[in-house]
Amino acid sequence: MTTQLALSQILNGLQLGVLLFLLAAGLTLVFGIMSFVNLAHGSLFMLGAYFGAAAFAKTDSFLVGVFAAVVGAGAVGLLLDRFALTKLYERDHLDQVLATFGLILFFNELIRIIWGPGSIFMQVPDALSQTVNMFGISYPSYRIAIIGVGLLVALGLYLLIQKTRVGMLIRAGATHPAMVASLGVNIKWLNTLVFALGAALAGLAGVMAGPIISVQPGMGEPVLILTLVVIIIGGLGSIRGAFYAALIVGVVDTLGRAFMPTIMRGIFERNTADAAGPALASMLIYLLMAAVLALKPQGLFPTSAGAVR
Amino acid sequence: MRPLKTLAIAVAVATAATVTQAQIKIGFVAELSGPQAPLGQDQYDALMLLVEQNGGKLGGQAVQIIKEDSQLKPDVANQVVDKLLEKDKVQIITGVTFSNIMMAVHKKITDKGVFLIGSNAGPSPIAGAQCSPYFFSTSWQNDMQAEVVGKYASDKGYKSVMAMAPNYQAGKDFVAGFKRTYKGGTVVDEIYTPLNQQDFSAELAQVASKKPDALYVFYPGGLGVNFVKQFQQAGLNKSMTVMSASTVDGTTLPALRDAALGMLSGTFWGPDFPNEANQKFVAAFEKKYNRIPSQYAAQSYDAAQLLDSAIRKVSGKVDNKKAFHAALKAADFKSVRGNFKFGANQFPVQDMFMFDVAKDSKGRVSLRTVSKPLVGHTDSYVGQCQMKTL
Repeated sequence: MTTQLALSQILNGLQLGVLLFLLAAGLTLVFGIMSFVNLAHGSLFMLGAYFGAAAFAKTDSFLVGVFAAVVGAGAVGLLLDRFALTKLYERDHLDQVLATFGLILFFNELIRIIWGPGSIFMQVPDALSQTVNMFGISYPSYRIAIIGVGLLVALGLYLLIQKTRVGMLIRAGATHPAMVASLGVNIKWLNTLVFALGAALAGLAGVMAGPIISVQPGMGEPVLILTLVVIIIGGLGSIRGAFYAALIVGVVDTLGRAFMPTIMRGIFERNTADAAGPALASMLIYLLMAAVLALKPQGLFPTSAGAVR
Repeated sequence: MRPLKTLAIAVAVATAATVTQAQIKIGFVAELSGPQAPLGQDQYDALMLLVEQNGGKLGGQAVQIIKEDSQLKPDVANQVVDKLLEKDKVQIITGVTFSNIMMAVHKKITDKGVFLIGSNAGPSPIAGAQCSPYFFSTSWQNDMQAEVVGKYASDKGYKSVMAMAPNYQAGKDFVAGFKRTYKGGTVVDEIYTPLNQQDFSAELAQVASKKPDALYVFYPGGLGVNFVKQFQQAGLNKSMTVMSASTVDGTTLPALRDAALGMLSGTFWGPDFPNEANQKFVAAFEKKYNRIPSQYAAQSYDAAQLLDSAIRKVSGKVDNKKAFHAALKAADFKSVRGNFKFGANQFPVQDMFMFDVAKDSKGRVSLRTVSKPLVGHTDSYVGQCQMKTL
């Protein structure tokens, strides 16, 4: 277990973490502000990947692909909010879960009809197809770009929520929606804006993940589960919590997968270790979630009475 | 006049009845929805290719193909097979994509005395203890595709190999199959990843730090796309040999293209096989469907050819089960893979090849034959099969 190996595993963990953050930020905002459970968030991730892959293939420009993914997923989010989900905001969470689960099936089938059931081609942009050497390790430059984009988005969100007038309205709308509305702000449009922003971020995560994972129907579901773990650990509605929790989940998951089998082999004999190691590694983040829920039921960074931070 | 007219109607009705009776009903069951659908679609397209080439006939007899989607759900597979057996009363069923589906329907179909021509999944129990005279496979027993890679690694003299596979039964089987034929070196590490894991960066970093002579992987479908992309992005393709089973194939190469160049894969057939039957098949498939056929298409095309030959031998009398069984067992057709015959458990005895991913003559990324590590290979479970006679 050399330091180089540990370092590259930590980078892998960070990269997974920022990807999860892009997803978790939108989901936690929607939950924190509108108290709305949106299981279809993974579908927006998938749509982002498909929009990005299609635009990239058409224009040969990855930036156009990213633009298409962000705008496309954001637009779908906007339409979803205005036409499908508004009626659900007043309903209880079970209705929301059922309805958005139906949306998952709908989007998976829609994608299958348009693009076919197999995975479609999406490559790393040429400029980022190399590996970079740093601190004695060689690491894919595309993954470094993902880390960079994720951190930039985190900074941007922080500035947006804390330093701008829109951010102030979002924060106020979360805690005192009636008061904000009575001051002449259209709270519905504010909610739609937040929803579309979350969708755009999910689309960004999708297009960034597209060159790494297989772009296929249903690709959003595994990542949605991790995202839900992140927002539970981070505290519902807390962007800061989502950021730290995403990084923690990313690093814990990656290090667990990387080193747990070896550690288990030091304790048990080979056969037992080979069976238990991967199993325990894949349980690790859920154990972490259980521990957080036991000790701090509101998550690591709880928001007071639905406030957004 | 009246009696004559009645007679004429009676004759007409009787003729119509014999015509419908002469039509042989064949059930086709496969995964046709979800991420696995490209496999089932290739199976279906290849079957229909031969049926359409023969003008809706197999073995000179009109056939009706009844298509059912098993959705990779054993309970759904059971329902559609019940429908085929009880309502449609099919005489033959072909297809079946996944091993767990095969295990769910194999006994039900063969117990009923209906012939099942498997054109993909070949789980070990039905090649061994549960073998049935009513089951024939035109693909392989699962382990064969792993065993050929193990033999290749031995031939190459690789001293250290790492293995990676998803953590489920087939993943374990494919690693076990590899180890059965890999001699002269050691499997230094086996990495099993959760079946739903999409990102292999952590595992690839482990592999890179251990520097084995070669890496053996089994990642079917979309998992294979993930693995190959990430392996290439990590820059490992420049320094390490990847030998794969069921990872890069005709269904995933379109999503991988250049990222897969140089990957090795072990199986029984490749689109570049020079034999005449294959050249004809590949050309016709590409013309009709505008894509390179995958091995799943080849397997299913051979299933169609097998049926064609056997139905012709019995002149359409598939209800004579003893004769039809003998006609199937004879395997009197020109397989697209070249050498083909059935072993005692009615799985193919066949040559197994290694391929690498390379550009074909039209510049498309495809599989290219590298070597033939196993000649006339029989699967490892035939000894456990005590075949009943019909």
